[in-house]
Parts: sequence; structure tokens; C-alpha cells
Amino acid sequence: MKLFLKIWRQANANSKGKFTEYTLDGIEGDMSFLEMLDILNEDLIAKSEEPVEFDHDCREGICGMCSLQINGEPHGPDRGVTTCQLHMRRFSDGDTIVIEPFRAKAFPVIKDLIVDRSAFDRIQQAGGYVSVNTSGNTIDANAIPIEKENADNAFNAAACIGCGACVAACKNASAMLFTSAKVSQYALLPQGQVEATDRVMSMVKQMDLEGFGNCTNTGACEVECPKGISLENIARMNREYYAASIKG
Amino acid sequence: MSGLIKSSLARKVVMALSGLFLVVFLTQHFVINFTSVIAPETFNEWSHFMGYNPLVQFVLQPILIGGVVIHFIMGFVLEIQNKKARGIGYAKYNGGANAPWTSRNMIITGAVVLAFLGLHFYDFWVHEMDYKYVSGLAEDPTRYHEETVEKFAPFWRTVIYVISFVLLSMHLWHGFNSSFQTMGVNNKYSPAIKTITKLFSVIIPLGFIFIALYHHLNPITH
Ligand code: SF4
Ligand code: FES
Repeated sequence: MKLFLKIWRQANANSKGKFTEYTLDGIEGDMSFLEMLDILNEDLIAKSEEPVEFDHDCREGICGMCSLQINGEPHGPDRGVTTCQLHMRRFSDGDTIVIEPFRAKAFPVIKDLIVDRSAFDRIQQAGGYVSVNTSGNTIDANAIPIEKENADNAFNAAACIGCGACVAACKNASAMLFTSAKVSQYALLPQGQVEATDRVMSMVKQMDLEGFGNCTNTGACEVECPKGISLENIARMNREYYAASIKG
Repeated sequence: MSGLIKSSLARKVVMALSGLFLVVFLTQHFVINFTSVIAPETFNEWSHFMGYNPLVQFVLQPILIGGVVIHFIMGFVLEIQNKKARGIGYAKYNGGANAPWTSRNMIITGAVVLAFLGLHFYDFWVHEMDYKYVSGLAEDPTRYHEETVEKFAPFWRTVIYVISFVLLSMHLWHGFNSSFQTMGVNNKYSPAIKTITKLFSVIIPLGFIFIALYHHLNPITH
């Protein structure tokens, strides 16, 4: 199939970017979206032009590196997939595809379609850990009985790959879904209780410091999240936060 | 407690609690207004009570005004902060793909309701203040029904009321249930809360619209 691409090009963090149009022929439905971009880049390299920079690593939906706002949606029009899992059969011959970086003040563009998502790392570092003694006498995690429902919910929250689609989709560029997933994965487990109060306070504080917007419960994040992280996590984080605030 | 005041979550709570408070107020306002259709004497009695009871006038009324002011100031603050958080906007943003219009446009529906409140305030509150304190007219427990019906005589005012309540309905459609999510309620009761949200946000504004139309179509003739 033949496609018309409108791609955001930006030389570096400080330069002003703009859209550049490309026409690409011979794209197969079985190709992934990133393979389509690989073909574009091979063309560009053959013509001694600068290839389009985009993030990727695992190309199987587990690392969270690939990003891209595709026709106005993070990771494109499919649900429950990352950009690397999006297939070109989702598009038709003659389509125009607009490809932009994830937009948020807290995710500055590094180059072209690559954004700096280290704000997420700093939120995680602010409290997304547990203090477990690993100095030789580690206790088997299974030695502590955990209610099945809590174990499942904690596991589901831990499925977040930190891709940033929630922020990209949200009209407020809010990072509540990500942060709440990272809070929830510990809040539900006995091992997470020791630091529970500090954790939620510190992570929310860091989230605000990074300049993400305020959540207004539109639910766009949950719909676009490739890992199906639920809004229940945000409600849980809110409860944790209120409880921690009252405790001081 | 300090964290609760500065943080984004605190701002959410302020929106949710002030919003729920206004929902409660709206309900009682509706009940009283409805009596203007079915029982004009009761309407007069209750209106007179509300207008002259010191607890209502000097405690509840300032709380209500405070609630409205907090809700809309915070709403605008949040909107401005949220616009800034995006930075450079998208060339193509398919908001309809993942969130309903009502949830994405609370600022628009809210601003219309606020503008309506301006008119409503002028129509009733300013009039009452003038009657009681500026003109210093004597108490008249029977005037309210007639005054209210007369307000709806002009076609334009009735139309503004109808449009405003349609937008209020949209505002409630997202806001009511959203307040519970903010308060951390997302559990087995959530489907019921969603149903109540839908019923409330349709029935109450429709009721207000009915009252406005009823008075417009049934003027008092002497
Ligand atoms: S919550 Fe979902 S969308 Fe957000 S970072 Fe995690 S996996 Fe990505
Ligand atoms: S490249 Fe790893 S999730 Fe897409």
C-alpha cells in the first residue's frame, strides 16, 4: 500500500520543529508500524538524508520504549497494544498518517519523535521501592500468605511498562495512571506497608514537581494504556494519599 | 496536612467536595422550585422562610456562595495549569477516541452555567437584596410565586434557562460520578453510582426546564 506520512521533525531539544511530508510505497499489512518507519529511514539514508529518530527496544510490547502519537492517539488506533505491536493492516492504501511525539511539558522532545521520559524514573525513585533485607537471609515471598484478589490486583498494576501513553492521551497531560500503578503494586502487598505513608506522599509530590497536569477523571488514560491499567488504581492512590495526609 | 493543601490531589478534592455540595444544594433548590408548579402556597411559605430565616441568610447562604466561588475559581486554575502541562499542543488530537465530550469540556459547560448564575443572581438575589435592604419594603409572605412566574414571561429568559440547564446536565453527567472517583470510591458500588449520575443529571435539569416552560406558558392573568 501507498501511504502519506506527516512526521514531526526537530533537530534537538532547543530547536523549533516542524512537520515534514513523506510518501511511502510498498508497505505490507503484516509489517509493524516501526518496520514501516524502518523502511522510510532506509529510503532516507539511501538519499543521504537524516533518518527519522524514534524510540524502540524490545519490539514486542514489553519494554515501553516505543511511543508516538499516531493520528491523534498514543500507540495508534488499536487498544491494548504498543506502537511496536501495531500492524499496518490497520491502515488502508492512500491513508495519510500524522506522527507526532508524545506531548507533555514534562516529556521534552530530544529529537524528532523521541521524548525524554526520565520524569517517570524520578517519580519511581521518589518512593517506588520496598526495603527488603537481601543480605543472605532473604525471606521467600511466598512465605507470606496474600489474598488472591490483592495479589492479582498488585500484579495487574505492576504490568505498567512506563510508556507514557497515559500522559500523552490525557487532555491534561496528567501522570496519575502511571503513578497510581506504581503506588498500587506495593500498596496491595504486605511488603509494601512499611513505607506506605511516605511512598504515596513522595511520589505524588514528585509527580507534581515534574509539571504533569491535574487529573480530571476523563478516563482517556485507561482506554489508551497498552497494559490495561485501570482507573481503580487512581482511586486507590487517592485513598492512600488521603490516609497518609491525615496521618501527617 | 500541608501536603493536602498544595498538591494536585488536594485540588481534585476541593473540586469534588464543592461539586458534591452544589449537587445537594441543587436538589433542595429543585424541590422548592417544583412546589411553584404544584403548590403555590407552599412555594410562598418556603421562599419566605428561606428569605428571612437568619440561619439560612447569614450562615447557609454565605457557605453556598463560597462553595460556588471555590468551585469555579479552582476549575479555572486547574484548566490553566492543565493547558500548561501539555506545552506544545498536538497537530492532531483525537480526544473523542478515548474520552466522552462531557468529560473533556467541563470548562465550557461550567463557564456557561457560571454565566447563567450571573443572570440568576441578578434576577433573584439582587432583587431580594434590593427589596429587603435597599428599598426596605415590608415582609410579604405571598409575593414569591407571582414574582417568580413573572420572571419567565419573556421568551428570551426562558430560552436562556433551558439552554443553561442542558449544559448543566452535561456538566453533571461527568462531574457527579467523577467526584466519587476522586474521593477514592471505585468499587462494587461504582456501577450504581454511575446509574445514579445518569438519572440525576437528566431528571433534575429536565425538571428545572419543565418549571421554566410551565411558568412561561401559564402566565398569571389578573
Ligand atoms: S499506566 Fe499504561 S499508559 Fe501509563 S505508563 Fe503505564 S503502561 Fe503506559
Ligand atoms: S519497543 Fe518495547 S514496547 Fe514497543
